[in-house]
Amino acid sequence: MGWLDRERTIAPPGFNRWLVPPAALAVHLCIGQAYATSVYKTALVEHFGASLTEIGVIFSIAIVMLGLSAAVMGTWVDRNGPRKAMFSSAVFWAGGFLVGSMGIFTQQLWLVYLGYGVVGGIGLGIGYISPVSTLIKWFPDRPGLATGMAIMGFGGGALIASPVSTALLKAYDPNSGAEGWVASGDAVGRLFLTLAVVYLAYMLFGAFTIKVPADGWRPAGFDPAKVKAAKLVTTENVSAKNAVRTPQFWLVWVALFCNVTAGIGILEQAAPMIQDFFRASDGVSAVSAAVAAGFVGLLSIGNMAGRFAWSATSDVTGRKWIYMVYLGVGAVLYTVLALAGSATTVLYVALAFVIISFYGGGFATVPAYLRDLFGTFQVGAIHGRLLTAWSAAGVAGPLIVNAFLDAQGKPGQLDAASYQPALLTMVALLVVGFLANLMVKPVDARFHESRPDRGRAHEPAMEA
Amino acid sequence: MSTAHTHGTQARTKASAGKLAIAWALVGVPLAYGIFQTLTRVAALFG
Repeated sequence: MGWLDRERTIAPPGFNRWLVPPAALAVHLCIGQAYATSVYKTALVEHFGASLTEIGVIFSIAIVMLGLSAAVMGTWVDRNGPRKAMFSSAVFWAGGFLVGSMGIFTQQLWLVYLGYGVVGGIGLGIGYISPVSTLIKWFPDRPGLATGMAIMGFGGGALIASPVSTALLKAYDPNSGAEGWVASGDAVGRLFLTLAVVYLAYMLFGAFTIKVPADGWRPAGFDPAKVKAAKLVTTENVSAKNAVRTPQFWLVWVALFCNVTAGIGILEQAAPMIQDFFRASDGVSAVSAAVAAGFVGLLSIGNMAGRFAWSATSDVTGRKWIYMVYLGVGAVLYTVLALAGSATTVLYVALAFVIISFYGGGFATVPAYLRDLFGTFQVGAIHGRLLTAWSAAGVAGPLIVNAFLDAQGKPGQLDAASYQPALLTMVALLVVGFLANLMVKPVDARFHESRPDRGRAHEPAMEA
Repeated sequence: MSTAHTHGTQARTKASAGKLAIAWALVGVPLAYGIFQTLTRVAALFG
């Protein structure tokens, strides 16, 4: 498969680097579907006669596989380049939908676990990291902006998949006009087949559009000395193997874990939480289900916008500083939310919006943070290993919130005070993350790859 | 020869601009649709 090899993707002179972000977005917009599974969750519960938890396991497997495959395959992605990685991701992601649809048509839930969860999850992990290091190399002058654009797509993918899936389910199910309608399993199976075809086409467009810069390429007017002027930014390189031996990697891991856990705490409970916060003494909430759904939509916009806006801002402020804002200001906002969030809905909504924008910003900024600390040599592989923090937070966040809420009472009886223990626990986590980020210093020279100008072994070949 | 070179450069720039517009439209149009659909839901929050 020579046409997928990295050597075949080296950009000719005059290639416009602004073609790379849409190629990356094409992949991230597709895999972002992972956050739109709620559209057919109830349909699958009825089709399989399973519990919500059993159906929820499909998504959990996919997220765990995302973290594992990103960690395990990161070095392979760096070595083989973005085209082969995006192509593989497209095959796994579309293959996951195909196998999943077979599971739905034949009523075998284990096939959906295997298809969407395991196979699709591998596609998620490879796809998520595949364009990141390439973007960083094309935009050495604005790495935060570049990765923000791509990772924004992961947030935006759900915004597209959700209404499109709803419309397709209605089109595929002849009973869609009935009162209290829930889509049939057959309609969900056909939806999976459609998504497989559409996502495969879009991701292949990304794979065949992306190119890597030639060795030594620099954008016009770019002066690396200016980048180096920032204290934490290195022009050295650290391998993925060595990076995980540095305290910096684990400090950033803790910072990301704390930021994601705190964000998931709100995201997971968004709709019932706003209703509980404004529940009157008679047990009736002042917030209707439609308004709560609007709130969830607003959080999705905040999540997506934060990925782009905060990550782009980090090019000006520096990565460590912006993480101080995510974690430090985030802790303050979370405290206000816990203690005074029930005062007015405007205050509650504004606080949650900013907190979720910090959650998204943390994801989008971290590849550039890793570039600053470890150089570009194997930044994709290092990023892949760091994403295990996301998997861990995906388990810890809901566990913390649900454990506290279970102890406070039953759903429908909770109020603002019931959420205080969970929210204040998140504040403590954010403080831990803030301190971890505060401790990040430049990586010790003993971890750097050797360079020929120092009379040691050769400089590592640039991988993308 | 200089004129031929200029024409060649202009043709490449036009092709590049066309490719760029198509590439951004392919990702931008669905994203704009998704944002619009979400904002119509968000309207209930302020209604």
